[in-house]
Amino acid sequence: MGVAKRIIPCLDVDNGRVVKGVQFVDIRDAGDPVEIAKRYDEQGADEITFLDITATAHDRDTIVHVVEQVADQVFIPLTVGGGIRELSDIRRMLNAGADKVGINSAAVKRPEFVKEAAEKFGSQCIVVAIDAKRVNGEGEPDKWEIFTHGGRQGTGIDAVEWAIKMVNYGAGEILLTSMDRDGTKVGFDLDLTRAISDAVPVPVIASGGVGELKHLVEGVTEGHAEAVLAASIFHFGEYTVQQAKEVMRDAGLEVRL
Amino acid sequence: MSSVAVIDYGMGNLHSVAKALEHAGSGETIIVTHDAAKILAADRVVLPGVGAIRDCMHEIRRLGVDEVVREVIKTKPFLGVCVGMQALMGESEENGGIACLDLLPGKVRFFGDNLKNSNGDALKVPHMGWNQVHQVSEHPLWQGIEQDERFYFVHSYYVESAQQSDIAATCTHGVEFSAALHRDNIFAAQFHPEKSQHAGLQLYRNFLNWNGES
Repeated sequence: MGVAKRIIPCLDVDNGRVVKGVQFVDIRDAGDPVEIAKRYDEQGADEITFLDITATAHDRDTIVHVVEQVADQVFIPLTVGGGIRELSDIRRMLNAGADKVGINSAAVKRPEFVKEAAEKFGSQCIVVAIDAKRVNGEGEPDKWEIFTHGGRQGTGIDAVEWAIKMVNYGAGEILLTSMDRDGTKVGFDLDLTRAISDAVPVPVIASGGVGELKHLVEGVTEGHAEAVLAASIFHFGEYTVQQAKEVMRDAGLEVRL
Repeated sequence: MSSVAVIDYGMGNLHSVAKALEHAGSGETIIVTHDAAKILAADRVVLPGVGAIRDCMHEIRRLGVDEVVREVIKTKPFLGVCVGMQALMGESEENGGIACLDLLPGKVRFFGDNLKNSNGDALKVPHMGWNQVHQVSEHPLWQGIEQDERFYFVHSYYVESAQQSDIAATCTHGVEFSAALHRDNIFAAQFHPEKSQHAGLQLYRNFLNWNGES
């Protein structure tokens, strides 16, 4: 027996409201991140991740209040990503009750930021989020490149090398999203997930492409991920976190039930 | 109404600790402070902490929290959490070797690179997630908590107690380590009760009801 594989529902939050249409029939306000977080907590989510997609810096204060409200009522780990650019952003999120922050574009822009953040706040709260896309042609060896700005901007940086570098800089966890699979519902990019999971000593969270519960199992068994993140399969009430865990348990994985 | 001081030395997620205590309790006053007088006036004291031990010990000493803790543990129910547990030990391997408060015998050690489970599978460090806490001694803080219940951990260094009778629970991540310690009115946990949902809140509730006797 050992540490359980984690299931992490992810909420996209725009100006304090959950977007990408969460649909719980019995929730009064489906756009309220606090109500939705409470629901996932009740279902047995191991952590909750908030991705702040608010466009303007001014409106980003809203996510701080969201985190505060959730942290007052939900006693499981909370991660906040999106718009984390300075040490003061991290301080604000941790003070509001977040346990970890996800750093993405700011790390690409200036990798030392991750080092400074880990030294100041500890690796345990620094998650580096990597958006990767396959760039090799057919028949060529596997190769993935990291992209920023929601997958629109290429960087020329190799995803596996980047993950190793970020861990050396102090990242305590990697949140890995396949841009090829995100939104497709055909499952994780398992080759990518495994390549990075096997290359770094820290936990890797697989993300992007979950459409069925068996995809979550594959992320762990074939992708070697420590945790799996999904949004839409939980949001639309297709499956509960509890059901996901039962499927993982039946596949022989250790979960918290 | 009784009061609880959560010691604030600038390291860690005190919001969550304070809110979880408030949620678990029944109207106790929760004070987040490093003011010695306020801590000494409280009925119960919590020493939380996350981050690197060097910075934690530095702030603990700079703010005089070390002397306050030495005083508090003579009389009041005291709870150390995560680095707040590690700080009680003799020394830590982290940051090239750091002397801690030396209130309980034992060391804080690194999980190590190439950590493996009993099947030979590679294990990740930090040890992050929900793992089973195996109670090895009866204690009021375990009341209502099932044997081998899962709690949330996040740490790269673990406590190796040098006193078997101090160990309240063990956990295994490649190595078996002390997940919780107890001695007289001291209780300490490596896991985060404030992030461990029902079981964590139950442990905080037990702490708020604890008179400091084992």
